[in-house]
Amino acid sequence: MREFKIAEPRTMDELAALLAESEEPVAMMAGGTDLIDELKSGVATAGLVVDLRTVAGLAGITPEKDGLRVGVMTRVVELAEDAVVARDYPSLKEAALSLATPQLRNVGTVGGNLCQRPRCWYYRDPQVVCRKKGGFNCFAFQGRNKYHAIFGGSGCFIVCPSDLAPALISLGAKATIGTAKGDKVVALEQFYAPPEVDVTRENVLAKGQFLKDVRVPAPKAGQRAAYVKLKERGTWDFALVSAAVAGVVNDGAFAEIAVVMGGVAPTPWRLRKAEDALRGKPVSEALVRQAAEAALKDASPMRENGFKADLVFAALKEAVMAAAA
Amino acid sequence: MEKKPAKKSPGGVSRRDFIKGMGTGALGTAVLPPLLGQTIPTKKGRVPVYDKKTIALTVNGQKVGLAVEANETLLDVLRDKLDLTGAKRVCDRGECGGCTVLLDGAPVYACMYLAIRADGKAVKTVEGLAAGDKLHPVQEAFIEKDGYQCGFCTPGFLMTTSAFLEKNPAPSLDEIKQALSGNLCRCGNYAKIYGAVDAAAKKLRGA
Repeated sequence: MREFKIAEPRTMDELAALLAESEEPVAMMAGGTDLIDELKSGVATAGLVVDLRTVAGLAGITPEKDGLRVGVMTRVVELAEDAVVARDYPSLKEAALSLATPQLRNVGTVGGNLCQRPRCWYYRDPQVVCRKKGGFNCFAFQGRNKYHAIFGGSGCFIVCPSDLAPALISLGAKATIGTAKGDKVVALEQFYAPPEVDVTRENVLAKGQFLKDVRVPAPKAGQRAAYVKLKERGTWDFALVSAAVAGVVNDGAFAEIAVVMGGVAPTPWRLRKAEDALRGKPVSEALVRQAAEAALKDASPMRENGFKADLVFAALKEAVMAAAA
Repeated sequence: MEKKPAKKSPGGVSRRDFIKGMGTGALGTAVLPPLLGQTIPTKKGRVPVYDKKTIALTVNGQKVGLAVEANETLLDVLRDKLDLTGAKRVCDRGECGGCTVLLDGAPVYACMYLAIRADGKAVKTVEGLAAGDKLHPVQEAFIEKDGYQCGFCTPGFLMTTSAFLEKNPAPSLDEIKQALSGNLCRCGNYAKIYGAVDAAAKKLRGA
């Protein structure tokens, strides 16, 4: 593994100051289960690894009066086994359990999953200098792109690998960003940034900033939600396409609905046209097909990933039916 | 402790003697400088930073103190510094489970865990599974049910299984498959491995 130093800030103030003032490239380490792979391969070039585990106050699940606060250093296993999550946010539990393996869930964290770097094989190849690494080309566009984006690829066709992000966004979660000048709260959906904003990163975190926690609002009366993950292997795989659906069902129709997909775009992808098509109408397979077709008008599949359009319909159908059932 | 004298390795020092020796090593660390690090000044104070750090951990019940590099994984330290080669280095990128050890009782990939973070933690490797010469019931079950072919992935499966059955003493086949999803067997011996886990669960329940 390449050489680096490890900094162990003890407070969020120290962390923010260190991130803001460091002159060498810094990598924040949450669980580290993916960062270590990047440090071994050389894709990550940080000379200073900042360990978030030593920072007080970043871990833990705390019920609050208007919802649930989940610190970024909460391990995925804790989210998957939490009684309040199981009772109030079953789709979030499903997403947590669908992720990686028991060994990785025991170490990997909520924040690490939300901020995981893309799995694009060109990005992960230390020999390839793609746009994300400061180069001029996206090699997936002309190259092998089976696992790449069908929505929102703008010069970079990675997909968001997170399972927790679609589920959390569908539930209306907010993200708290820590900075040297205090906290900033944004909708988790707005935490993610498409390639046209800055192709070298996937979220809005600027130098000196860190993700502190996510807050999930208290479930609404009659809230229904589902998370469906379609993958090549039966287990331990990233999503080809995943669908998170959350809303309120009245008389067989969604009065409110949010649909967010993973594996289809550089960021968690909100299917607003599908939401509009589904809202207020009795749920049926035909309606879901109309909704998927409306959403897929925005899709631009490449040579090898057209199958994802079919999976958008399949995942949407399964998630909508499960949530409405 | 074990009744039989431990087998000597070709180097003349047995693994058990080595581990025992490390117990005294832990005492020795008390007189070493506790930290090998420096600090980085910031406007909010000095932040500790390490390229090397002296850590104290418990390995298979024995206290161990040693200096580790910032970029060493727990697997590097177990295999190369503590001579515990039961955890296997296979993919070395968190994809196969051959290096699975228990960290405070939970299975983790030692290849994707920095050693520096094991400071203060308890690590259990396959070497610590048996009680002296008495095999752990999970080990017995894997032998009885042929839960391996080449055996290279077996230490990882044993560690995952032993932790899983403490949490879930009576698992269904599907639960067994999910629990072992992070361990790969390239001989493809899964059916017998699942059978061994089921047999181990029954042994542990006394059924």
